[in-house]
Amino acid sequence: MKHSTFFWFVLPSAILMLLFIALPIVSVVTQSFYSAHEQVIVTVENCGPFGCTESTAVDQEATQALQDEEPLGKWVGTAIYTDRNHLALGEISDAWISADGLPDFGRSLMNLPFYKAMAFTLTYTFIVTPLTIILGFFIAIAVNSVAQALKGPTIFLSLLPMIVTPLVGSLIIFWMVDARGVLGAGLQWLASDPNLSVKASTAMMWMMLMFYGVWHSAPFAFVVFYSGLQTVNTDTLEAAMIDGASRWERIRHVVIPHLFPLTTFVALIQLMDNFRVFEPIVSFQAQAHATSLSYAIFNDLGGETRLLSSAAATSVLTIIGVAILLSPVMVRTYRDFTPRS
Amino acid sequence: MSIANRRPVPVLLLATGFLALWLILAAFPFMWTLWGSFKVEGDFFSKADWANSIYGTLTTAETGGSFTGDGYHGAWIKEEFWRAALNTAIVCVCVVTVSLTCGTLGGYALARSGYRYAFWFLFFALIFRAMPPITLVSGYLLPFFEWNLWGHLYTTIIVLVAINQPFTLWMLHAFFKNIPQDLDESAMVDGCTRFQAFRHVIIPVMWPGVITTGLFSFLLAYNDFAVTTMLLSKENQTMIPKIASFLGTTQTKGNVMFAVAAVVSVTAPLFVMIMFFQRQIVSGLTAGAVKG
Repeated sequence: MKHSTFFWFVLPSAILMLLFIALPIVSVVTQSFYSAHEQVIVTVENCGPFGCTESTAVDQEATQALQDEEPLGKWVGTAIYTDRNHLALGEISDAWISADGLPDFGRSLMNLPFYKAMAFTLTYTFIVTPLTIILGFFIAIAVNSVAQALKGPTIFLSLLPMIVTPLVGSLIIFWMVDARGVLGAGLQWLASDPNLSVKASTAMMWMMLMFYGVWHSAPFAFVVFYSGLQTVNTDTLEAAMIDGASRWERIRHVVIPHLFPLTTFVALIQLMDNFRVFEPIVSFQAQAHATSLSYAIFNDLGGETRLLSSAAATSVLTIIGVAILLSPVMVRTYRDFTPRS
Repeated sequence: MSIANRRPVPVLLLATGFLALWLILAAFPFMWTLWGSFKVEGDFFSKADWANSIYGTLTTAETGGSFTGDGYHGAWIKEEFWRAALNTAIVCVCVVTVSLTCGTLGGYALARSGYRYAFWFLFFALIFRAMPPITLVSGYLLPFFEWNLWGHLYTTIIVLVAINQPFTLWMLHAFFKNIPQDLDESAMVDGCTRFQAFRHVIIPVMWPGVITTGLFSFLLAYNDFAVTTMLLSKENQTMIPKIASFLGTTQTKGNVMFAVAAVVSVTAPLFVMIMFFQRQIVSGLTAGAVKG
């Protein structure tokens, strides 16, 4: 294909991605070095018949003028990155000095918003991803061994948790585990504790979120593994059988190696998606017990005062996190696609 | 059937049992919520006796029948959920159309160009695919406020199309690679330009892949929360942010059932979609994996 033809064909896509993905990243990085203007305070003397009083007021006009002049805010360098809501370098060194052993240091770390979000995001990513792969694999094996007629309906029902909007799916689960919902009441009965509530306990909340995560993404792993199973070489399986391999040994030594390349693919997609965990936290109203990096950004952006700079700094840190997480995969893709010379 | 595929009875039983358990886990929450959406709040959240939510004891006491459409009436009419549904329809149709138009052109070029820059293009698209949308949203807000673009449906549509592009390009690229190159090249030998070859030879055969990709574009637009909640003003809200706003305001008024009805309303079209396009969804999910 000629260079010019290629150019015109990809132009619309390229412009879209440049304008709405590449530029916003630049804009986020820039924004994170600026902080919002402080309001201009003026002191006004009110003199009445009973003497004069001094009061302070916000000079709306001057504030607006400042805002219009420099919409980004004032340059603060890396101050936002190091403040309490982000990397909190000062607080960490204080905590390190005053901490009474590592667990104590960990506890004070968990009181800092960024590290709290980071801890949950990483725990979620690294627990949900392997569990998803394992559950998906077993569902695929099970579906593969039931009668042909059952496969269609099984796949249909299995797709539901994944296709349904994450916010909606997690709401449905949340209502069921509510203290008044059917599962919540069941849990109370099981634990014989009438006051048990998932909403009140941090550990239960984390478990619920991860349960939802696995429930939501297991179908994806299942579908990928299931289609992989269709291409397993039956000759190899039969040969293994003749050589006396048991059912489990056949799965272990023939099926799993065959599915291994698919596992890396599923793991890559899952790592990307789990790292951005966000909607379940909104649905479960879990912010008191668990926040993620995405939720922290959402929280800064919403509300009355939009903390753009703070959100931008968290976004940059998140992007760095994604980059670190995905660098091995990127290197692999690069190698795969590089033409062998 | 190969002898290796024969299963002894205990294994079959174990597999069937495990599968039944998973299917209940996967489908029961939806059935339960669908059933419960026709009850009153006291039954949907029945602390006293869970069987109430099945028989609708309180629903009968409050409304006279064991089913009630109050939740739906409240959500769709009183809270104007129909407006949100209309907005969602507009957003989804536009996002799917625009992203497929740009995506097929780009995907075709990427599949046919053997040069190095095509690889780099795809490589950057992969990096962009990994960006959490909410991090991009924090980059949009200030410029959109400054230029008065915030809150409109068309801004959100363009943003969703752009966020969707990397995925669309990858998928269609893989798909066009599977269409034999001889097809369009022979058209070009016969005197077509590249675009004419695309128009007359490729477009007629590309529909299966385009439909599959379109389904996923639709899902992305339909399911999005991060972008729509941040970039749309209250009157332009689509369904998902609208449900989220029910959680904040309506729950305190004791109208959880509005949210439940809305949730069921959002799920229903997806249900129908899976029913009709199950095969395409499955092939789309595995396209990237199996081919490499």
